[in-house]
Amino acid sequence: MQLETVLILEHRDYGAGYRLLKVAAPGIAPQVQPGQFVHVRVPRLNDAVLRRPFSVFQAQADMLSILYKTVGRGTAALAALAAGQTVGLIGPLGHGFPLDGPAERVPVLVAGGYGMAALYLVAQRLPRQGMVFVGGRSAQDILGIEDFTALGWPAHIATEDGTRGVRGLVTDVLDAWLGEGRQSRTPEFFACGPNGMLQAVGDRAQAGGWTAWLSVDRHMGCGVGACLTCVVKCKAPDGDWVWVRSCKEGPVFECRQIQWEEES
Amino acid sequence: MSLNSPDLSVNLGGVRMKNPVMVASGTFGYGPEYADLVDLNRLGALVVKGISLEPWRGNPPPRTVEVASGLINAIGLQNPGAEGFLRDYLPFLRQFDVPVIVNIWGRTVEEYAAVAERLSAADGLTALELNVSCPNVKEGRTAFGTNLPMFRRVLAAVRLKTRLPLIPKLAPDLSQIKAFAQAAEEEGADAISLINSIPALAIDIETRRPVLGNRTGGLSGPAIKPIALKLVWEAAQAVRIPIVGMGGIASAADAVEFIIAGASAVAIGTANFSEPTTALTVMDGLREYLIRHNLGTVKELVGALRC
Repeated sequence: MQLETVLILEHRDYGAGYRLLKVAAPGIAPQVQPGQFVHVRVPRLNDAVLRRPFSVFQAQADMLSILYKTVGRGTAALAALAAGQTVGLIGPLGHGFPLDGPAERVPVLVAGGYGMAALYLVAQRLPRQGMVFVGGRSAQDILGIEDFTALGWPAHIATEDGTRGVRGLVTDVLDAWLGEGRQSRTPEFFACGPNGMLQAVGDRAQAGGWTAWLSVDRHMGCGVGACLTCVVKCKAPDGDWVWVRSCKEGPVFECRQIQWEEES
Repeated sequence: MSLNSPDLSVNLGGVRMKNPVMVASGTFGYGPEYADLVDLNRLGALVVKGISLEPWRGNPPPRTVEVASGLINAIGLQNPGAEGFLRDYLPFLRQFDVPVIVNIWGRTVEEYAAVAERLSAADGLTALELNVSCPNVKEGRTAFGTNLPMFRRVLAAVRLKTRLPLIPKLAPDLSQIKAFAQAAEEEGADAISLINSIPALAIDIETRRPVLGNRTGGLSGPAIKPIALKLVWEAAQAVRIPIVGMGGIASAADAVEFIIAGASAVAIGTANFSEPTTALTVMDGLREYLIRHNLGTVKELVGALRC
């Protein structure tokens, strides 16, 4: 973890309403593990008292990139930045996806829309090839498929309105694949998306006796474990439950750690 | 001491600090969280997040919401309890040459006394800050922070259980600030700190529900600085014990204002979340200010308001 003022190398439309921000971060980028995030100090947002967290999308040598959509004041200010300007980062932060699972497991990535941003590095860095399931409301919400297929990972797509791929939820496509009995090997899930999708993936993993790594998205404060804003309800060893920091112990949790029934 | 290096050291009611800039409770965790980003040895003091006798879960999320120039928080004092703190964090903190002040709280007078006694038996802690004014735990604010007889009782009970310097943290109540500051001094407090966050509310207009899981919370950050400054100024005129001033400090200029108003030391709070090195830049800027104004010590600036 370090503080770094980084130079913006590229800032462009990525598709589906998203923007890609690529920076030179020689201190942070080489340390990034899949599923980790950076905490961005957005310039010209002078009355903001918090940084804004973003999953690292790609990281290669001294460079890293994030994907974002303009949804509020922070991302609107971010969108106004141009290549050549600088921005302050803290990173890499959080506990990402473990890539050291047994070789016989087939990696199955499950993304809800923008969730694919947190999963790209898993596909790129895993020594074994798997497949990716991506879902969204409509075709416009599906992004980054080419990045996965370029790695040789087949992509299964579902949209709720049927404008791209199969009509339905990403878990419908996943269920169809699981039901075909095609998986001679044990799946290991890596998922990022809305809570409902994460819980559904976790349910399937627990029913099958498989492992599922879920990246949760919580409103975040300090990003380093000090403020206790971003807590997730997790099971405690004694059968009780505790609030656990998604910025520090997470954002990636194994599905059995999270106590969903108590989450709203 | 050369003219170019003013003396920043302060003695805060027995807490000997290299410089008057500390980090405020609840904004710096228990030390390890920021240790990769900030040299803890450079801090004037480190005030760790509120500790109670037993572990405490805290409030349901959402726990914070950003507002204009401020943050409303309702963490609800989640903490690992006194034993958990001593076991998991104190050994780490003892590696550093920095005064460690533990913020403590309880639901009853007895709990305050018990946690003070337990922590005072440990080696390596410098002082106790008494949290009687957290807006997010019901018993904390209503019973102790705004009720003068209860405030005196809890302070007297804790005073009996510890020889460590005691620093009650006062509620931001303009009508009562002088009375509470004087009561603290009379009950044996070694210093006082103020202000705690200000009770506040944010509403989601689409759902018509409060944004925070706890409904209300405490406002901190630059939005509260002028209010905090007024309260510090009022308190400084009422007591002789030193004051730790805080509330929205984000720059050296902010810190200088608090010192001129009467604070012997200052604490950086919400600013740590966006700029973890704020305490360091504040102390560097404070040193430059003293040089620019031909002051040999920071003490000369304390309460130097001209009016």
